[in-house]
Amino acid sequence: MDFKLEELNTDILIIGGGTAGCFSAITAAEQSNFKILIVEKANIMRSGCLAAGVNAINAYIGKGETPESFVEYVKKDSEEVVREDLVYSIAKELNTVIKKIEDLGLPILKDKDGKYIQRGKRSIKINGENIKPILANAVYKHSNIKVLNKINIIDYIVKNGEVIGAIGFSLEEPKIIGIYAKVVICTTGGAAGLYKPNNPGFSRHKMWYCPFNTGAGYAMGIRAGAEMTSFEMRFIALRCKDTIAPTGTVAQGIGAKQINGKGEAYIHKYGKPTTPIRLYATLMENKNGNGPCYLKTKGITKEQEEELFKAYLNMAPAQTLKWLEHNRGPSIENIEIEGTEPYIVGGHTASGYWVDINRRTTLKGLYAAGDVAGGSPKKYVSGCFVEGKIAALSAIKEIAHKKTPKKDNKILKKYLKKIQQFFRNENSLISIEELEESMQKVMDEYAGGISQGYVINKNKLNIAEKRIDELIDLAYTLQAKDLHDLLFIHEIIDRLYVCKVLVQHLKARKETRWKCYQENYDYPKKDDKNWKKYVNSVYKSGVVKIIFRDLIGRDEFYEHSYR
Amino acid sequence: MNFMSIHIDKEKCIGCGKCIIVCPGSLIYQDNNGKAFIKYPKDCWGCTACLKQCSVQAIKYYLGLDMGGGGGYLTIKKEAEYLDWYITTKEGKTKKIRINSKEANKY
Repeated sequence: MDFKLEELNTDILIIGGGTAGCFSAITAAEQSNFKILIVEKANIMRSGCLAAGVNAINAYIGKGETPESFVEYVKKDSEEVVREDLVYSIAKELNTVIKKIEDLGLPILKDKDGKYIQRGKRSIKINGENIKPILANAVYKHSNIKVLNKINIIDYIVKNGEVIGAIGFSLEEPKIIGIYAKVVICTTGGAAGLYKPNNPGFSRHKMWYCPFNTGAGYAMGIRAGAEMTSFEMRFIALRCKDTIAPTGTVAQGIGAKQINGKGEAYIHKYGKPTTPIRLYATLMENKNGNGPCYLKTKGITKEQEEELFKAYLNMAPAQTLKWLEHNRGPSIENIEIEGTEPYIVGGHTASGYWVDINRRTTLKGLYAAGDVAGGSPKKYVSGCFVEGKIAALSAIKEIAHKKTPKKDNKILKKYLKKIQQFFRNENSLISIEELEESMQKVMDEYAGGISQGYVINKNKLNIAEKRIDELIDLAYTLQAKDLHDLLFIHEIIDRLYVCKVLVQHLKARKETRWKCYQENYDYPKKDDKNWKKYVNSVYKSGVVKIIFRDLIGRDEFYEHSYR
Repeated sequence: MNFMSIHIDKEKCIGCGKCIIVCPGSLIYQDNNGKAFIKYPKDCWGCTACLKQCSVQAIKYYLGLDMGGGGGYLTIKKEAEYLDWYITTKEGKTKKIRINSKEANKY
């Protein structure tokens, strides 16, 4: 295939036009006159996690709560291994960014005095069906933001240890683009599709986390040598069975209890009900023959049921379709629940780039925000906004007197060669789909997927390590017949790099810190004496080097030492 | 007919290309007659972004059999600030749910 080569300049390059990316761009556009470029692999109107919508803002400082109490909650729920400094910086800004998104047009439920009606201590009710168009329209209002849709970024351009741009290709025409920028903000989201999913057949992409978030930002950072943190703290969600739709709407919204197949409430049997314990308890009830487990909704009023139909249409329409196409509903049957496959997602757990308080990564010139940034679990949508804002504000200061980096045509030519090779791999013995399924099977069976009850041990992880390395080699032999194949291949390569790092993180934490997320059967107990620390890593020349770091407290100041 | 993630009716499709633009997986393409079709049905997330863009309701959303789908489907019609959702059972019975996009959810 003949590719056109194109080189572009901008001041601020934002990779990924989702929650954090759009908010970052809007902030930078409002606070500076810099040229901002959002590059997005789909279209910012409906790309990323919020494509279908979202039904609540789950990180909000509600009545009686404070930023300090928010930090305490996140710390306790995450078994204390979190970056309290980062969580605190998010907590302090949550209500400000929520007001901003409301002003942009997001409907939030209010009482007669105009106060938000809370769904829980830290949650408010919205109609987030069109939150993505709201964000996109706000982006398009700024003349200093340019958006390039349908461009898939595959690597950073790094010169003398500094990120000076990124390389990508178009999904619409054979074109490779090199973008040079004074600063780069990575907001590509987390990674789904690493493990065999709940519905491994025809409905393989009917998952909770966005299946098009394939860890590109993590993988690019890994390959460029950025330090990553807490990959071993995987996120596994408790969701409605089969549709994998969220459960908070029912659990928090109408206060439905988790019950087992015998109709008994079971959570209390498993200790304090943290997020991982609610999942673990469900898994154990099934294992012990007490399944299936449900959210008890039977007997709710018809009016409540109608509202639930609407709430689900606004974020996960499959659930409402499933009820109504069978003439059923939550008032006449309980909702069966199950755990998902493990995801790597920094908006829910702590996996991602190791960043400082300004969201600078360990690579000069590169920031990370949202699901791709690590250290601060439970940031959710509003926390991603805050991180986008923090990164943008710091970035515009940093580049105040910076010159645009010089273009280097050699880099584009190097990537042209790499990309064309995929079209030349005519003798490839494997298909893209086969490789994807092999990766997911390896991770499922040897790195604690659904089939293993999420449990890991060293012997199995060693097998995963070996197999993932073999699959990385094989991925470069895959054949692309068109641009979409090229996208699929890069999405697999990126996920394989994430898997490679994930396996090393799982091996490194020799304790069990979080049930299900990281349950190491060689070390089945939590070991506070030795393991109240972060597991970090840096990849270099094919090897993942593990680095242990001490916990950083709420009011401590952390700075990268080698940046 | 096989159960599809989404199914685009070629008779109804006017070839405007809006569904192609918004699909977060870029899974929809145009055929030689300019009509939209889903090239990778197994990769559909089920977000229904394409249904919301379609001005002629040419797109139906089905659940796969492996996730409990039984042949019923969903269509969406946009009317000013309202989204009208139609859920039709296999037997042809349709329920309409109207949602005002300017109103917050109760739960």
